[in-house]
Amino acid sequence: MNLTDDMATAHDHADHGPAKGLKRWLFTTNHKDIGTLYLLLSLTMFFVAGIMALVVRIELFEPGKVWVTPEFFNQMTTLHGLIMVFGVIMPAMAGFANWMIPMMVGAPDMALPRLNNWSFWLLPFAFLLLSLPLLRELVGMASHLIGLNLFAGAGAAPDYGWTFYAPLSTTYGPDSTDYMIFAIHMMGISSILAAINIVVTIFNMRAPGMTWMRLPMFVWGWLVTAFLLLAVMPVLAGCVTMMLMDRHFHTAFFEAAGGGDPILFQHIFWFFGHPEVYILILPGFGIISEVVQTFSRKRLFGYSFMVAATITIAFLGYIVWMHHMFTTGAPYAAQLFFMYATMLIAVPTGVKVFNWVTTIFKGELTFETPMLFALGFLVMFTIGGFSGVMLAIAPADYQYRGSYFVVAHFHYVLVSGSLFAIFAGVYFWLPKWTGHMYNETLGKWHFWLSAISMNLTFFPMHFVGLAGMPRRIPDYALQFTNFNQIATVGAVIFGLSQLLFLAIVIRSCQKHKAGVNEHLPDNVWDGGRSLEWTRLPTPVPYHTFETVPEIGPNDTH
Amino acid sequence: MAHGTYYLPQPSNWPLKGSIALFLTTFGGANWLHHSTFFGLEFGPYLFVLGLAMVFYMMFGWFGTVIRENRAGLLSDKQVDHSFRWGMAWFIFSEVMFFGAFFAALFYARLISVPVLSGEQAHYYLTHLIFWPDFKDQWPILANPNPAAFIAPKSVMEAWGIPAVNTLILLSSGATITVAHWALLKDKRPLMLVAQSITILLGIIFLSMQAREYTIAYMEKGLTLASGIYGTTFFMLTGFHALHVTIGTIGLCVILYRMFRRDFSPTNHFAFEAIAWYWHFVDVVWLFLFILVYWL
Repeated sequence: MNLTDDMATAHDHADHGPAKGLKRWLFTTNHKDIGTLYLLLSLTMFFVAGIMALVVRIELFEPGKVWVTPEFFNQMTTLHGLIMVFGVIMPAMAGFANWMIPMMVGAPDMALPRLNNWSFWLLPFAFLLLSLPLLRELVGMASHLIGLNLFAGAGAAPDYGWTFYAPLSTTYGPDSTDYMIFAIHMMGISSILAAINIVVTIFNMRAPGMTWMRLPMFVWGWLVTAFLLLAVMPVLAGCVTMMLMDRHFHTAFFEAAGGGDPILFQHIFWFFGHPEVYILILPGFGIISEVVQTFSRKRLFGYSFMVAATITIAFLGYIVWMHHMFTTGAPYAAQLFFMYATMLIAVPTGVKVFNWVTTIFKGELTFETPMLFALGFLVMFTIGGFSGVMLAIAPADYQYRGSYFVVAHFHYVLVSGSLFAIFAGVYFWLPKWTGHMYNETLGKWHFWLSAISMNLTFFPMHFVGLAGMPRRIPDYALQFTNFNQIATVGAVIFGLSQLLFLAIVIRSCQKHKAGVNEHLPDNVWDGGRSLEWTRLPTPVPYHTFETVPEIGPNDTH
Repeated sequence: MAHGTYYLPQPSNWPLKGSIALFLTTFGGANWLHHSTFFGLEFGPYLFVLGLAMVFYMMFGWFGTVIRENRAGLLSDKQVDHSFRWGMAWFIFSEVMFFGAFFAALFYARLISVPVLSGEQAHYYLTHLIFWPDFKDQWPILANPNPAAFIAPKSVMEAWGIPAVNTLILLSSGATITVAHWALLKDKRPLMLVAQSITILLGIIFLSMQAREYTIAYMEKGLTLASGIYGTTFFMLTGFHALHVTIGTIGLCVILYRMFRRDFSPTNHFAFEAIAWYWHFVDVVWLFLFILVYWL
């Protein structure tokens, strides 16, 4: 074993920069490297799942069959959802956590750096496993064109929607379901280890003087998110384990014939699934808090209320899962409880939105790209929040359930919510990471194109949904055609505008790699208050805070 | 140390090996379940075993690295020690939530799905009437809603036989590991080794009794994984518990080996404490199992 060699080099390791070549990325224990890996994985999967969304949208351009079979359509909606949730939003947020949390709390790295590497490197293998059935299918189709018949009997990719309800995924699930189950096990391990690392870093690695109520909001957002992950990812692992047993070992968890119940699947899934939506948005709330206060050149309004609101949202998030199941025949008392508990979440969320608005009030505002995305978030996430309150009302939900209204709702909170927060974060911190200022004009184009096309895509879905168009169906009634065509045009524009984002990010990374030094100030945006702006040079060196900083009251928000 | 008060480990290839190992295990496992073949060879089981062997190799190597670092004094820092402690504590919390999912399934079956299917709740009477009008509410169920699809057991598991003895055994092992900890703190080496060995022995006895019980369930009572929701929840809950006892026992053996190697001192023995926490966690899970699966 080469461990002794490793130890011999341990001492001079710190004085060097990163290792050379591929080994740097495979074996790294550096939080910035791992953060970059997470963000790159997220960016890649963003385009993969984005193409799937376009396949769906193009199929829905007209009623009837446009170009793909209904079976393939189902696989696209399923994998689009699974990959966007687990492969894009979550890794991107974890990338920010890795980059920023150690710097924001004044630590040299994450608390458990080797485990941190594993948290990341589980993910590419998990997504390989998840995508294998689809890859097999695509290779099969291509080989069919040239007269070969590869993987003829291989079966379909997962095709039951991202929520993989039993019995669609158990009794009727294709073979590929087992790949998905194991992929989710691996993602679960990755998320749990990452969450442990983040909790421990925030608990244990804060620099002296970095008290709880001096933590930047982004750190608070992630701390609460990590607790959500620790509590619900194991439940999801249990859920897919039950599926596996039902599929292959004749257990009866989701089989009424044996005394179980398919509704049990929905309870367990949504006990994970509802906190999951806060896992996707709370780190985004943190990013938005940082961006809004920086570009308003003010302290965040009502900091302690923001902290309390984050914790309240997470707590309420645990006890509302049945609002996804109002039409399963739940007792009325349960429906009432879950309806009121769900609507209660609007209170702490409203506290957050009003505090952001109040932070902006009378600020010395400037409108660079991160701020534009943050403002877009404020407006459009709030729209998604309102349609959420509509969906929370049990009797109204009987009507909205399973319609495109639901699709509109969760894309407003996920695209103009989580994804816009991620964009805001990338534009906000990219100059700090690379030492290169991105092209502001292109950035603004990216924002306006995204914001307009996003609304073009998802706003009409409210109307067709309320009028009765069901989700997850590759065909629809004639009268929905106009709105669907608008949505498809919007989706294609949205997809193409993301190439701008890709170009902007690649340009920054190229300049960084070429060693171009633009001599950006340490506090790039001039209003930054957290440690990465006030205590560290731009671009940030490979190792930061190797000597412990002392944090005073003036150091933070 | 180069990093002042903080130990930053050097780059490591164990995580990547672990990911490849898990990929092979799961990819092999899935193909084993599907009986897939490649040029006529059913490759699933081979990949599965290879992957599992790699998982063990990775754990051996990774923990070995940490042990060597500890011996070299690289981990003596208080902050690193705290990170390990918090990490282990939250890992156990996530394990609690994993068991929580299966307990939830048990409660759901007992309080909701079985009563509903048997027509106990007027609101759902039609379900009962249309599907299986003969099904009666009882727990543990000795007749499934569809008796042809899920063959029910002949009799149920008794709480006051092997399970009660196993409860005593596991509780005693919780006491002996505490004795071992006390002896370690007081530097009473012979007592520590004896108490640790007894803990391991109790763990092994527990597992053999559990195996015996499973044999009785399968051979005499006809209670299997496929006997409907009672067999399902019984075997999944006790099975995952037994798996955790096995992992814990292996951990205890490694600790015993390290005790012989004089790896621990009264002030530096976090590995021992981590396993002890884990053992107590397994102990508490068993108490819930005994009460909710066997007894009530």
